[in-house]
Amino acid sequence: MRKSLLFIPANHPGMLQNVDIFEADSVIFDLEDGVALTEKDAAKDLLVSFFQHFHLKDVEKIIRIHEIHDLDIIMSHHIDTICLPKADVSSLKLLDKKLSALEKKHKLDHQINIIALIETPESILNALEIAKQPRVNGLLLGAEDLATYLGVKRTLSGIEIEFARNMVIYAAKAVGIDAIDTPFTDTTDLSGLTKDIEHAKALGMNAKACIHPNQIETVNHLFKPSKEDILYAQKILLAKQQADAQGLGAFSVDGKMVDKPIIDRAIHIINASKE
Amino acid sequence: MIPDGYKPFISDDHFKKESYKKIEKIYAKKEASLLASISAAFDEIPITDGMTLSFHHHYRNGDLLLNMVVEEIKKRNLKHMKLAPSSIFPVHKPLVELIKNKQVTSIFTNYISGDVADSISKGHLKDLLIMDTHGGRARAIETGDLSIDVAFIAASAADQKGNANGIDGPNPCGPLGYIYPDLYYAKHKIVVTDTFIDKLSSNDIDSAFVDYIIKVSQIGLSTGIESGTTQMTKDPVQLKIAKDTVKLIKALNLIKNGMSFQTGAGSTSIAVSHFLKEEMIAQKVQGSFASGGITKSLVNMFEHHLFQELHDVQSFDLDAVMSYKNNKHHHLMDASKYANPFYKNNIASQLDIVVLGATEVDLDFNVNVTTSSTHKLMGGSGGHSDTAYESKLTIITTNLVKSRIPFIKEHIETVSTPGTSVDVVVTERGIAINPLRTDILDHLKDSSLNILPIKTLYQKAVSLTSIPKQIEHKDRIVGLIRYRDGSIIDVIYEVKS
Repeated sequence: MRKSLLFIPANHPGMLQNVDIFEADSVIFDLEDGVALTEKDAAKDLLVSFFQHFHLKDVEKIIRIHEIHDLDIIMSHHIDTICLPKADVSSLKLLDKKLSALEKKHKLDHQINIIALIETPESILNALEIAKQPRVNGLLLGAEDLATYLGVKRTLSGIEIEFARNMVIYAAKAVGIDAIDTPFTDTTDLSGLTKDIEHAKALGMNAKACIHPNQIETVNHLFKPSKEDILYAQKILLAKQQADAQGLGAFSVDGKMVDKPIIDRAIHIINASKE
Repeated sequence: MIPDGYKPFISDDHFKKESYKKIEKIYAKKEASLLASISAAFDEIPITDGMTLSFHHHYRNGDLLLNMVVEEIKKRNLKHMKLAPSSIFPVHKPLVELIKNKQVTSIFTNYISGDVADSISKGHLKDLLIMDTHGGRARAIETGDLSIDVAFIAASAADQKGNANGIDGPNPCGPLGYIYPDLYYAKHKIVVTDTFIDKLSSNDIDSAFVDYIIKVSQIGLSTGIESGTTQMTKDPVQLKIAKDTVKLIKALNLIKNGMSFQTGAGSTSIAVSHFLKEEMIAQKVQGSFASGGITKSLVNMFEHHLFQELHDVQSFDLDAVMSYKNNKHHHLMDASKYANPFYKNNIASQLDIVVLGATEVDLDFNVNVTTSSTHKLMGGSGGHSDTAYESKLTIITTNLVKSRIPFIKEHIETVSTPGTSVDVVVTERGIAINPLRTDILDHLKDSSLNILPIKTLYQKAVSLTSIPKQIEHKDRIVGLIRYRDGSIIDVIYEVKS
C-alpha cells in the first residue's frame, strides 16, 4: 500500500542521484510534463543509464511515459510500474498489450503494473472501468489538467475537484486498489499541504503524489494510521482470534458488532502501520 | 613533513599538560591622538619593513580597511611585511599583488577564501601561511607566539578619546570579539572609523589601549557581513540532513531546559536552528545560551525565549547587530573567552551541542574544512576545532555525495579538526557515530535513526562515485594548519596548475 509517490523529472541527474533518500514509497520518473519536448530523448537515455548503475532498493520505480513508444527504449527489469497520462480504457488496453510483449522480450520475472492518471472529465466518469483494466493497481487524480478541461481555477479548498476525488476514490476502492490524490502544488506551504491531505484522507484517498521531496515526510506521516486506529485494529484482531478459537461466527468489540469489512480494515491498518 | 621549529600535533587534549604564560598587556602610553590618514600612521609609528600588522574580520566581505593598509604598503614599497587578519575574504584581492611582489611574505589567519587563497595555493607567498583557529589565534597573541606590531581596528563609530564599537554609526558590523587579543597585546593600536560620536552606545573598545584614531570616509560595508550565508537552505538534501540532525539531538534527550547550542552561518546550519526551534517550542524547553557567530535565526530563537542569553563573537547579519545593541542579554564574547584552550571555563567548553560543517571527513572522523577536494585553499577552521573539542556533543553535517564527489573518504586532503574531537557525522544517507563514543552508540542502539558505521557510509559513497583519483600536488609546503594548542596538525602544499 503506497502512501507517498515522488515525481522527479527524468532529465535531472542531480535529482536522480538522490531519489532514494527521501523515504518516498514510490518514485515517479517523469518523461511527460516535467520534461521539455527538446529534452525527452536525453531524459530517456539518462534513465536507461541511471537504472543500469543505480540499483534502488525498497522503493517502487514508476515511469510516467510521454508516449507508449518510450517503453521500447527504457524497458528493463528495474521498472515496477508505468504511470499512464490521460488514461482511458483503450489506451490502457494498448499499454497492457505492449507491456505483455516487452515482458516477454526482456524475460522479466515480474509483471509491470499500471497507475492510471485520471485527468480528463471523461476519465473521471469512466473511473470504474479504468480501475478494472488489467495491471491497474492505482488511480492517480491529476487535478491540474482536469481543472483546465473544466475551465476552473484550482483553489486551496479544492471544492472544484471534490466530485473528481470522490469518483477516483469510489472506483479505486470498488476494486481494492490505491486511490492516489493529486499533488499539492505550493511546495513551500506545509500547513496548506497538511489541510489538503487531511481533507483527501477523510474522503478516502490513501496516498498522495508529491512534486517536492519536502512534502514526503508530511504525506507519510498523515497517511500513516494513528495510534488510536492501530490500537483499535489490534483489539479487533485479538477479538477475532478469540472468537475463532471459541468457534463463534459473530462477535462484538466495545458493544459493536464486528463484521468482515471491519476485520479487513483492521488488517489493512496493521499492515499500513508496519510500512 | 612539518618544517623545523614547529611542534607536531600530539592529541586534542595535550594542551592540558602544558603551562600557559601570557605576555603583559600593553596600555597606551598617553591619550589617543587623532591622525589625518592611514599614511600618517605609517610615518608616526613608524611602520617599516618586516613588521606584523593585524586586522579583524567583522566586516567580512565588506571590509575596506585591510585594502587601505595594503595600498599604503604598496605605495611605500615596504618589504617582507607580515599580515595577521583574523580572516581573509574575496574583497581582499588587492593583497595578491603584494604577495606576488614579495612585499607581503607571511600571513597568519583563521579563514581564507577568494583570490588571496588561490594565490597562496599557487605558491606565490614567499614564506608560510599559518592557519590558526579562533581560540588558537587568541592563545598565540596572548603568549607572544604571534607578536603584533600594529593592530588596525575597524570600528563603525568612535569617540574622540579612542573608545569605539562596531554597532553605532551608519556602517555597523556588530560586536568586535576577535580583535581583543590584538587590542590588549599589540605594540600599537589604531582605531579606524568613519564616524565620531560623543556618547557611544557601549565602549566595547577601551581607549586605555588605543594609541591612535583615524577617520576615513568609509570603514566598511554592513551588507558585506552577510556574505550570502544567512538564508535557510531550500535544497531538499540539506533539509533532510538538518532534520535528521535534530532527530538525533532529540533521540539523545538533549533537547531539555538549560541546553546550550552553537552552529555556524551556513544555510544548512540555519535549517538545523529552524528545526531545533520547532522542537524546543513543541517540548516547551528553554535553553541557557547560544553562542558563536550569531545569525538572525539564533536571534529569533532568543527573542522567542528559547535561549536566555546569546554570546556573540561576531554578527552574521544586521538583525544580530541590532539585537546586540538593544538587548542586555545578548553579550559580546571576546575570542579568548570564546575558545582559547587555556581560558578556564571558556564559553565553548560550556556547550552541550555544536553543529559544524565539513568539506571532507575520513574514516577516523578527521575533518577537513581548510582545502577543497583538489587541495586548494578555500576556508579554514575558524572556531571549528575549538568548539569540536570543547562541546559535549559535536555533530558534523555534510553531504555524503555532491556533484559526483564523495565527502567521506579514506584519505582527506588536509586535517583541520582531529577525529577524536568529532562525535557524529550526519549525511543524507545515514548517520555515523564515532566508535570512541560508546555512550552514544549505546544510547541509540534501539533508535529508528539510520545509524551506520562510517565505513559503510564511505562504501555507499564510492558505490555512487567510484573511488576518486588521488590529487597530486607539488612538494613545496605553502601553509601550516596550526591546532589551537600551537602544534601543527597538518600542512598545505602548493597545488599543481
